[in-house]
Amino acid sequence: MTTTLLRRGLAYVFLVVLAAAILLPFVWMAISSVKADRDVFTVPIQWIPKSYHWSNFTDIWTQIPLATYLENSLLLSVVITFLQVLTGSFAAYGFAKMRFPGRDALFVGYIATIAVPWQAYMIPQYIIMDKLGLVNTRWSLILIQAFGAFGVFLMRQFYLTIPDEISEAARLDGLSEYGIWARIMLPLSKPALASLALLTFVNTWNDYMGPFIYLTDNNLWTVQIGLRSFIGQYDAQYAMIMAGSVISVVPILVVFLLGQRYFVRGIATTGLKG
Amino acid sequence: MTTVPSPSVPAPVSSDRRRRRRHVLVGWSFILPNFLGFAALTLVPVVGTFVVAFTDWDSYSSPKWIGLANFRRMKDDDNFWTALQNTCWYAAGHIPLTLAASLGLAVLLNQKLRGVGLLRTAFFFPYVTSLVAVAVVWNMLLSPDVGPVNQLLRHLGWSHPPGWTTSTDWSLPALILTSVWRDMGYYMVLFLAGLQTIPAELYEAARVDGTGAWKRFWHVTLPGLRPTTFFVLIMLTISSFKVFDLVQVMTEGGPGRSSLVLSQLIFREGITHGRFGYSSAVSLALFVIVLAVTLVQFQFQRRSER
Repeated sequence: MTTTLLRRGLAYVFLVVLAAAILLPFVWMAISSVKADRDVFTVPIQWIPKSYHWSNFTDIWTQIPLATYLENSLLLSVVITFLQVLTGSFAAYGFAKMRFPGRDALFVGYIATIAVPWQAYMIPQYIIMDKLGLVNTRWSLILIQAFGAFGVFLMRQFYLTIPDEISEAARLDGLSEYGIWARIMLPLSKPALASLALLTFVNTWNDYMGPFIYLTDNNLWTVQIGLRSFIGQYDAQYAMIMAGSVISVVPILVVFLLGQRYFVRGIATTGLKG
Repeated sequence: MTTVPSPSVPAPVSSDRRRRRRHVLVGWSFILPNFLGFAALTLVPVVGTFVVAFTDWDSYSSPKWIGLANFRRMKDDDNFWTALQNTCWYAAGHIPLTLAASLGLAVLLNQKLRGVGLLRTAFFFPYVTSLVAVAVVWNMLLSPDVGPVNQLLRHLGWSHPPGWTTSTDWSLPALILTSVWRDMGYYMVLFLAGLQTIPAELYEAARVDGTGAWKRFWHVTLPGLRPTTFFVLIMLTISSFKVFDLVQVMTEGGPGRSSLVLSQLIFREGITHGRFGYSSAVSLALFVIVLAVTLVQFQFQRRSER
């Protein structure tokens, strides 16, 4: 008995120390963001700033158009998430709850492309966008990311767990298929919708390659691109770079802490019940 | 779907057929909004890669069929071989280390301890934070002269610690280190979900038999996790071979070409220089490599199941 207790205690201590080590870069980032530039790299490390420069957090808004970047990121993330959740759950109903010729062949098409890395087909995609004149507009990113296979897949997996008897009963009551989707499936699948929405939002917010390829106009840049370019230009303003990083992480931190369990459930669903 | 047989009059054939056709139309109408976007911007480009790769096409000219010429050019392209080698090295470090770290974390966190949820959050958090912030912080942490990591290493007695992202030998290890730190929380969640599927009775039985913790891990946990491990391995392989964001933000492929990866080469050739044909050929090569590695893993999986 005492040995299991001891072992548990050891595992506990080990995990807490490990978690602290994993989070240390964030702590360092937060501390550095309020330091003076010359105090960021010191030997030995200052874990408590000598002086506090909260101005880093106010000056950065005038140094770069950070407000515009945040707005762009938010706009893209919200629109893409909305479209992905809407069309994804709609299509998933067709795949999970209706039977018609061609359905399974279509679904195989969806699944097959999930395993193809985006980098393998981004050039033809870019050519299409170029021909449509959509390069360097928000539409390019919205169109590319809103109709992904991922949302369809996640929602279908969830709908499959809802017993068919429920939709059968609704059909006998005279509800149309659209009615069943809107009045029965959507309310029942709230947790899955939350998972999909959160995962899509975070992925879009953090996406680097998409905006990097498609958005060349500074006014359209997202936070990620804007911050990266700032670093390229002012690479000695360490503290302000850290302040910008903190600002770019905070929205994600809030979203993540609010919807943590949906995240975890979403990942587990798509991962394992394939 | 089970159609309810009508006991009285059998429905006339024509209305039955009309109803069935309506059903098909309704089914398609559900899928269509997503499918149109998906087909135009994913399916068509995927097929397109296979065609464009065999053409001579840049942003100024119209496509011309040239057969295998792009692939012959690839064979002599130094950048291609460097990028391929770097990508393989990255995968060889990133895949096993992330797998081991995430599996270890999941097993440790699969206990009923107070505050275990908080710990899981801590380990998962790096995965959701913005990549640029992660890259910037790690670049500074790994700064060769004054960075905290090298300060620690010197303290531990390593008098000439690595130059990390400023050194041609250490830029890939620096990227691997950062990516393992970032990704392990994600795969940990997958393993945690997998651990829930192992019946508790198996552990009970092993405990009654007096099996030690290590043996339980080896004979109960690992076999029980086989489907999860396989899935994680596939996901890790795909994500390793297509790595772009982290490399682009942290080292831009440098110093020199020491951390140039295939995705960057595709980007540079195709979008910066507008060489659609050649870059599609490199894309196709990337696709074939990922597919081949995945198929080999499938074979191994099947053999070990037997």
